[in-house]
Amino acid sequence: MADARAVILNRIRAAMADRPSAPPVPRDYDTHRPVDDLLGLFAERVADYRATVRRVGAGKLAAAVATALHERGARTMVVPPDVPASWCAEGFRWLVDDPPLAVDELDAVDGVLTGTAVAIAETGTIVLDAGPAQGRRALTLVPDYHLCVVRAEQVVGTVPEALAALDPVRPLTFISGPSATSDIELNRVEGVHGPRTLELLLVT
Amino acid sequence: MRRNPVTWLGTPTFPRAASAALADPQLRRNLRHATHTIRTKRAGAVAELPDWESLRRAGEAIKNEVLFHLDGYLEALEAAVTARGGTVHWARDASEANEIVLRLTRAAGAAEVVKVKSMATAEIGLNDALESAGIGVVETDLAELIVQLGHDRPSHILVPAIHRNRAEIREIFAREMPGAPADLAAEPAALAEVARAHLRRKFLSATVAVSGANFAVADTGSVVVLESEGNGRMCLTLPRTLITVMGLEKVVPTWRDLEVFLQLLPRSSTAERMNPYTSIWTGVTPGDGPQEFHLVLLDNGRTATLADPVGRAALRCIRCSACLNVCPVYERTGGAAYGSVYPGPIGAILTPQLVDDPADKQAASLPYASSLCGACFEVCPVRIDIPEVLVHLRAKTVAAKGKRSGEAAGMAALAWIMGNRRRYEAAQKAGSLARLLGGADGRISHLPWPGSRWTASRDLPAPPKESFRAWWRRTHG
Repeated sequence: MADARAVILNRIRAAMADRPSAPPVPRDYDTHRPVDDLLGLFAERVADYRATVRRVGAGKLAAAVATALHERGARTMVVPPDVPASWCAEGFRWLVDDPPLAVDELDAVDGVLTGTAVAIAETGTIVLDAGPAQGRRALTLVPDYHLCVVRAEQVVGTVPEALAALDPVRPLTFISGPSATSDIELNRVEGVHGPRTLELLLVT
Repeated sequence: MRRNPVTWLGTPTFPRAASAALADPQLRRNLRHATHTIRTKRAGAVAELPDWESLRRAGEAIKNEVLFHLDGYLEALEAAVTARGGTVHWARDASEANEIVLRLTRAAGAAEVVKVKSMATAEIGLNDALESAGIGVVETDLAELIVQLGHDRPSHILVPAIHRNRAEIREIFAREMPGAPADLAAEPAALAEVARAHLRRKFLSATVAVSGANFAVADTGSVVVLESEGNGRMCLTLPRTLITVMGLEKVVPTWRDLEVFLQLLPRSSTAERMNPYTSIWTGVTPGDGPQEFHLVLLDNGRTATLADPVGRAALRCIRCSACLNVCPVYERTGGAAYGSVYPGPIGAILTPQLVDDPADKQAASLPYASSLCGACFEVCPVRIDIPEVLVHLRAKTVAAKGKRSGEAAGMAALAWIMGNRRRYEAAQKAGSLARLLGGADGRISHLPWPGSRWTASRDLPAPPKESFRAWWRRTHG
């Protein structure tokens, strides 16, 4: 039996015997759009997904973390190994993912605290790339509550700006609000398998 | 030739299946509600982007570029995935793809796989193939779970259980899901909650996952899955082995091209600015996610489709399902009437081409499942001119019937009549007598055979008393 790869590639070449030439891709869409209040737009779009955004001054992050966790009633939180110690407010139990925790351990914590790589204002999206303060993908997936720190300078306006800022070969997760489904009568309902609560701390 | 499982064995031709579906008032209510909800939302999500038409044109051009140089892009994708620790497999047809997945699952020592919703694996009948080989399959997308537990068939590309309303879903869960509470409410939030509880153990213990792919980037080897619930992330992250089955045409040339599709797809499909979760991975990342990654590139009729210069436009499809949601035919008949995992306008042009068998009457009936109103083309994010392809495929169907068919005889007679002025005017005069068959509303609902084959499902306007030519001669002559 001939090799499937060779057969398929030959079928493609035979199918395209007419060798049509593709015109160049028109890229006259917007890669950037001017916005008056980028952070305001980001906060508004995130809120549309029923996620919470709190604006925080740079020196007050630990206090904001403590407030969020108190309101949530969370006591045990998991963090990636490289989360700044200053984020981990006193009065809570902080589990560090080093050595990596088992999934059952991740399933048992009250939540996870991470940073982010890039945020997109127009779509209300945060993107994690397993870079600084973000950890491996399972960390922000299994716990039911995700508290995420976004620095103002990480927020870009559009999807094209975000992709240009990302490294494609890192494992990437784009997150737009808490997990949701539109599978029942095409109405959006929040809260399925991923974290059911997403809160962002926007550091300005 | 082995039968392509993209259509379901035993489904009647579209007109017969549609008659049955139209007689179900509950189905029509469910579909009308769902399609109208999503239509309005999509229009809003699209209107927000001032450059939407430019994005559509870019999407169309990128996909054409891919199709015109598919061999080179697939070779580049293979090289990039392999360089990052993944393994690429090639499958000529459904059974070859199923055999590859089965072999890999067995090699991983798994008795069960978790699955992310994927059109490619539905198209090849992977669940049946694995189950008949003794491997359990757990669908983790909520709508796929509803279909699986309801022993049902999918009826929509994005929302396979669109034909079910909340009360019906509640009944299915209460009956089929172990541990579903007796007082389960028929509320979307409560139904999503029991699905979460039901699947959580499966996610945390699964060792092999099977997914599809929305896009794969040739120059980086990155594979992209868009989803909402987080079941995708669970499958793409927790198991040790990940097997992704992807149609050949899903490759895009460069990383930058994703900036177009990550805008076009969410707004066209779920009518959101962005879907809740998009995962992108490249090969294997040590210490993060699956440590074994297999990418199965699936032909299954795609290269045959590629050979048709008009029909190949169907391969630009990114499976958003916007064309289903706006289609007046789909809204009334539902997806099951199409007898394929690809229903609606895109199914009507994609399914018969993937089947690629002129003797298959069911598949050949699908290009007629349209009034050619053109709403599908207007919403298509990659500008597939679906009506053009429908007409093209109808012509192919008629041509395949040969010169002895009714259409061919009728057209030959018409050519003879229209080729001569006297014959033409005589025919017009005779034709105007047909108005006597019309009712008081000026419409003909019942023609004698063979015209009855036309009027069985359509009215015909009664011809006027006088032809234009006769009127002109009388008033200006």
